Amino acid sequence: MSQETHSYSANAENANFSERRSVWDNFKLELRKSPFTARFGIIIILLYALVAVFAPALAPYGQAQVFPSPYDPWSSTHIFGTDQIGRDVFSRMIYGARNTVGIAVATTFLSFLIGGTLGLAAAIDRRWIDQILSRSVDVLMAIPSLIFALVLLSIFGSTITSLIIIIAVLDSTRVFRLTRSVAVNVVVMDYVEAARLRGEGLGWIMRREILPNIMPPLIAEFGLRFCFVFLTIAALSFLGVGIQPPTADWGSMVRENANLLQFAQYDLRAGLTPLLPAAAIALLTVAVNFVVDWFLHKTSGLRDE
Amino acid sequence: MWLIGFFIRPVVFVMNKSSERGNLLLDVKDLKIQGFSDEKWHDIIKGIDLRLHRGEIMGLIGESGAGKSTLGLAAMGYTQPGCRITGGNIYFDGVDLANLSDVQKRNFWGDRMTYVAQSAAASFNPAHRLILQTTASTIRSGAKSKDQAYSDAMDLYKELNLPDPQNIGDRYPHQVSGGQLQRVMTAMAMSPRPDLIVFDEPTTALDVTTQVEVLSAMRKIVEKFNTAAIYITHDLAVVAQMADYIKVLRYGKEVEEAPTREMLSSPKEEYTKSLWSVRSLEKAEQQKSESVLSLEGIDAAYGSAKVLFDVSIEVAKGTTVSVVGESGSGKSTTARVITGLLPQSAGSVTFDGEELPKVLKDRTKEQKRRIQMIYQMADTAMNPRQTVGEIIGRPLEFYLNMRGVDKRNRTLELLEMIELNGEFLQRLPSELSGGQKQRVCIARALAANPDFIICDEVTSALDQIVQEGILKLLLRLQKDLGLAYLFITHDISTVKAISDQVVVMNQGEVVEQGQKTDVFQPPHPAYTELLLSSVPDMDPDWLTNLNAARQ
Repeated sequence: MSQETHSYSANAENANFSERRSVWDNFKLELRKSPFTARFGIIIILLYALVAVFAPALAPYGQAQVFPSPYDPWSSTHIFGTDQIGRDVFSRMIYGARNTVGIAVATTFLSFLIGGTLGLAAAIDRRWIDQILSRSVDVLMAIPSLIFALVLLSIFGSTITSLIIIIAVLDSTRVFRLTRSVAVNVVVMDYVEAARLRGEGLGWIMRREILPNIMPPLIAEFGLRFCFVFLTIAALSFLGVGIQPPTADWGSMVRENANLLQFAQYDLRAGLTPLLPAAAIALLTVAVNFVVDWFLHKTSGLRDE
Repeated sequence: MWLIGFFIRPVVFVMNKSSERGNLLLDVKDLKIQGFSDEKWHDIIKGIDLRLHRGEIMGLIGESGAGKSTLGLAAMGYTQPGCRITGGNIYFDGVDLANLSDVQKRNFWGDRMTYVAQSAAASFNPAHRLILQTTASTIRSGAKSKDQAYSDAMDLYKELNLPDPQNIGDRYPHQVSGGQLQRVMTAMAMSPRPDLIVFDEPTTALDVTTQVEVLSAMRKIVEKFNTAAIYITHDLAVVAQMADYIKVLRYGKEVEEAPTREMLSSPKEEYTKSLWSVRSLEKAEQQKSESVLSLEGIDAAYGSAKVLFDVSIEVAKGTTVSVVGESGSGKSTTARVITGLLPQSAGSVTFDGEELPKVLKDRTKEQKRRIQMIYQMADTAMNPRQTVGEIIGRPLEFYLNMRGVDKRNRTLELLEMIELNGEFLQRLPSELSGGQKQRVCIARALAANPDFIICDEVTSALDQIVQEGILKLLLRLQKDLGLAYLFITHDISTVKAISDQVVVMNQGEVVEQGQKTDVFQPPHPAYTELLLSSVPDMDPDWLTNLNAARQ
């Protein structure tokens, strides 16, 4: 840009050209400037992911392996003791990361697939598709989702598949609303009109013209939605209609060992046992929120001053 | 904090005594400003001197990115977030603003120096009445009581030719027009009777007919109160009406400075001369030949609001038809009917001998390919997430089934046609200048090998020197490829530069149409007359003469 000729040249116009960096370099650059909370969140999430992936290698025992003595105290053989039928709590915690988090991730993906696609379609075709979808979503959202989920689960049975589908559909209403509202602002842009004039189909306009421009709020929502789904699954498991035994799951682990809380006055560590899975849930939720906060701040375009 | 203000005030009072015309008010010495972007500090202003005496108006001109807005704000001791003053002094009435804290500078801002922003609509608080905003800083500084300030504001409104000056202040910003709002902002700037007003492109967003009114009002009031002003613009004819001196900036440096008349008649530097020559571009008119597109008796409506009434336009092969009119005259709606985005309620569109289906969906790919469109705002016409290569490559792939090396070669060829090089392939739209963006949009339209291109105000958002480049490019492409253009604009000099035929529109109807020379030849219908006479000339006496003639 420092080229200083006295005649006009299109190549030499003042432009805000920034250096080419790979996505990874950009990430490293941002990470160096990131606040402590964001780094903490990223580390926790990575840790959970590692534990979930390598669960069978990390856990000393199987998730359904029963030992002769139930309610064992914390010891060197059973780090967090055993539960009401003698299963190793530590191993179940590790497997729980895989089951609970895995199911929550799958559910969130599914709800984004449903809600995102329908939301984009509604935003592009503002006529009857939008009307039908938006009004049905209003109806679905009018019913308290936990109660609705309980009803549906008792109708269809508490299998993992039905659990995923039911929660995904219920949560996709929120995703639909968000996608539709951010996409509506992009649909009116001239470049979408230009693509229409060119004769592009609905699929191209959705994927190539609109989706890349609404990614930041969607990614942030993905993080938050994941937390809600995760909490809903834990709540359902706690109520006994979520993930069924013998699959290890943090929500049901809290319920199964809840009565140990009363023993805290005799053995503090035994009293802590039911709180461990609860703490695991809380920690992950907080970590995800930290990262989402940082991401939202980055993408909002606000300066740090 | 109020303590500091307490100490400054007596100083201000003493300084006020030197308020006669002709005394040095502002003395900027070797100012350097840097801006932070892309992890580095870049020089924006590279050592500029600026001297302004009381009662004088300094015009700052230059292309975008030249640093004129940054300099204008710095004259008030202000830098935008992400910028810093790295050297030099800004003496305002003897006080060096560069070394004062924000708290100290606040005693000058809104009181002794005020600012008129480009977009009045975005600068007013929509929740407060106009008069409250007009007088806020005057009342805050304690210079006038509320009643005094209000009655003074009404006088200013009257002075600025605002309708119903007694009551217009009770309205909210959305209840007045853009031109009126810009004048209210001038009243706001004038209300504390400042020593210095900085006008930052105040008329750029206005129609020509409104611009004349606003300019006259501004000039009158600045002269009346003997206020010094800095007038930032990229429109040379406008600055010629307003300024006593003109300073030309480029790349954050001064090119030259001279009194207005001298600068207009005999610019010294090559760059200034090239700026001056922009307005002399004029196309040799071509006669009508075989028609490529014709509109016959088009009526169109948005919902129940009818916006086009019996519009008939004919475009001949290889020629340009310009459609002129103010905003709201139906120019862009006509374009939407041609493209099929807005189906007409009556009439027909014939393209190359066959009638086009009303709705875009019913048109064939071939019909869509042959009619292309270029938009006013190149910013929003390109997907910010796609690179230049993807943007230009898509029509090649979509219409002509080009892939791989073929596509790449053709894209490079198109970039060359629009005078850009292969380095631009990987750039994103945000990394291009305004003119480069518009060029890429032109290349995207060309990629489809069209016969007919609709240009919707394609140059109105650009600096004049860039405009000239784009117009020359369009003319060259027309000659090489035999394209026909429908050129929508409100700028008469652009019309002169590019068109063969002219259509004048007002409120959805065609007022006049014909060959360019015929339309510009008097006698005119009343509306054409108003439109033509409102276009500023490079003559510094133009506005004075016009106002005299109109009275």
